[in-house]
Amino acid sequence: MRLLHNKLTMRLAILALTVIAPFALPAFQVELTFLWIMIVFALSWDVMGGQAGYNSFGNIAFFGIGVYTAAVTQIGLFNDVGAYTAAAGGASLNVTQAQYFIGLVAGLAAAPIVAIIAALLLGAALLGLRGHYFAIATLGLGIALGELAAGWAWIGGSSGLQVLVYPGTLASQRLLFYFLSAGLGLATFFILHRLYATRFGLVLNAIRDDEDKAEALGLRTTRYKIAGWCIAAGIVGLCGGLMAHIIGFIDPREVAFAGATFGVWMVLMAILGGKGTIWGPVIGAAIFHVTRELFWTYLYAWQNVALGVLIIVVVVFFPTGLLGWVRQRWPRLFAVTTAGEPSA
Amino acid sequence: MDNISILIQAPPLALQLLIDGLLIGSVFALAAYGMALVWGVMNIINICQGQFVLIGGYVALTVARQGLPPLLGVPVAAAALFILGWLCYRAVIFRIVERDLFVSLLATFGIAIVLGQLMNNIFSANLETLDAHLGNWFLFNGLVSISQIKVVASAVTLVIAAALVLFMRRSRLGQAIRATAQNPRAARILGIDTDRIYAMTYALNAAICGASGALIAMIWVIQPFGGLIFTVRSFMIVILAGIGNLPGVILAALGLGVAEQFVGFIAGAQLQIAFIFSALVVILAFRSWRLNRQRRYLA
Repeated sequence: MRLLHNKLTMRLAILALTVIAPFALPAFQVELTFLWIMIVFALSWDVMGGQAGYNSFGNIAFFGIGVYTAAVTQIGLFNDVGAYTAAAGGASLNVTQAQYFIGLVAGLAAAPIVAIIAALLLGAALLGLRGHYFAIATLGLGIALGELAAGWAWIGGSSGLQVLVYPGTLASQRLLFYFLSAGLGLATFFILHRLYATRFGLVLNAIRDDEDKAEALGLRTTRYKIAGWCIAAGIVGLCGGLMAHIIGFIDPREVAFAGATFGVWMVLMAILGGKGTIWGPVIGAAIFHVTRELFWTYLYAWQNVALGVLIIVVVVFFPTGLLGWVRQRWPRLFAVTTAGEPSA
Repeated sequence: MDNISILIQAPPLALQLLIDGLLIGSVFALAAYGMALVWGVMNIINICQGQFVLIGGYVALTVARQGLPPLLGVPVAAAALFILGWLCYRAVIFRIVERDLFVSLLATFGIAIVLGQLMNNIFSANLETLDAHLGNWFLFNGLVSISQIKVVASAVTLVIAAALVLFMRRSRLGQAIRATAQNPRAARILGIDTDRIYAMTYALNAAICGASGALIAMIWVIQPFGGLIFTVRSFMIVILAGIGNLPGVILAALGLGVAEQFVGFIAGAQLQIAFIFSALVVILAFRSWRLNRQRRYLA
């Protein structure tokens, strides 16, 4: 136990597992990549949903913005986007290997920036709203952006956008995006872990616990909420940039602004594991990812029924998530040992 | 934008859109009133409102396919949805009535997903419409056509709305529902079984949705996964009108119907959904801005 409590050993162990996993389980490489993406989804949703108590159904909007920004930047750097989309997959672009990677990096850099700018503007417009009004506004936001993207011919409209083809072997592409996703997942985890321990994290928690009191204490809550939403948007926007390349084809409603799938999953995963904790979303994402694969494989055509029932059961019976439930059940596991107490 | 000039050159066309919008909008008012009812009494924002509407449509469709008169679908759908709403209450909703809004938001969202998929599996994913076999009236030498079924649907809506108002004002149950909305604890002390009232309220809401769904199936199309749009419409109408303000609900619904028709014509039908959801965001942004100003006045 002492070994596990040692932070450095723990971190090294996680890092080692991350590096070994794709080689040890080559058949599951794509699944593992998606697992990391799911973890990023859940963790980034939890910034606002769990820590600040502002439940957003619309973080998928920033994901979609990231998806399109990354793909369009990569294409647009060396080609004419409008001409490419007008050909509707009829034209293939001649992009050299160097151009591809420059575009990849530029796209992945642009994705979070554009997402953060969008969050800044939308946050300023919407975050004066409290609780459920905000939740429903964001619900509309994701769908509205999806429909607008579907109506915008320059980025492919409703027929979608083909992302540039990777100039290399399939195996190397998979490995590259596995490590990019894993890197993003680990970075998100450690950055948020740090962030929640700062004053900023405490302010978010204060907003969740009692926003009026926080305001009365002199905190400009709306600014903190906007900042929190920007952090979530930046993470999920970068995640979207990666996803554009992992999936390879962007459909405005089914991939980029997929409110009915990714958008719902984010919320469910964070709540399933336990919102407002750092490990909860990670655990929730892992469990959900496996369950979902099973649903989609064995309950085909009924998978959404199963998903809906799962949402109801989790929300009604385990509102604090698995972690919260375990904590209530076996509080000693989580007890902070004080100086006087013998450590177990 | 060419369509705007068409509108200016041909005023009867604008009149056509206006009439269609008013007639369709009046039907939206029913589901919105139901949402306001559940919101006001139980403090639940019912996300599966739109699914109730669609199921009402499918029930009416099934009735009409048996060779029965289409309008009979309205009471049958209302009755069927009353039972469904009551079942939903007994299965899930009663556990979340007194919990915080987010729990009820997500739980009813879960119900919405389940109902959407069930409709898809039972009735197939096609667009369906119920043909009531009624003709059109023509004005201005046929430039403006008024479909009779839309007029009938609006009239039925008005009748149902009037009946609801009378029910809430006069009947014992309606009074108990209003008392519970005002103060559930006091209502309980006075001997009102609030659990039963909640069940009745939720079932009544579902029945209202069912009736409006049956009408919508006749004047429009229904599709298993289109539920959220109706929920958002109801929600917007309720926010614009305020809870417990029936004239306001009807006005807002008519306005929304007209706005949708005009935007659908000017910007193209494919942007109509985008318009509804963007309008939601804009209305809420406006609300946020207004709240901010109020807060500044206080400070």
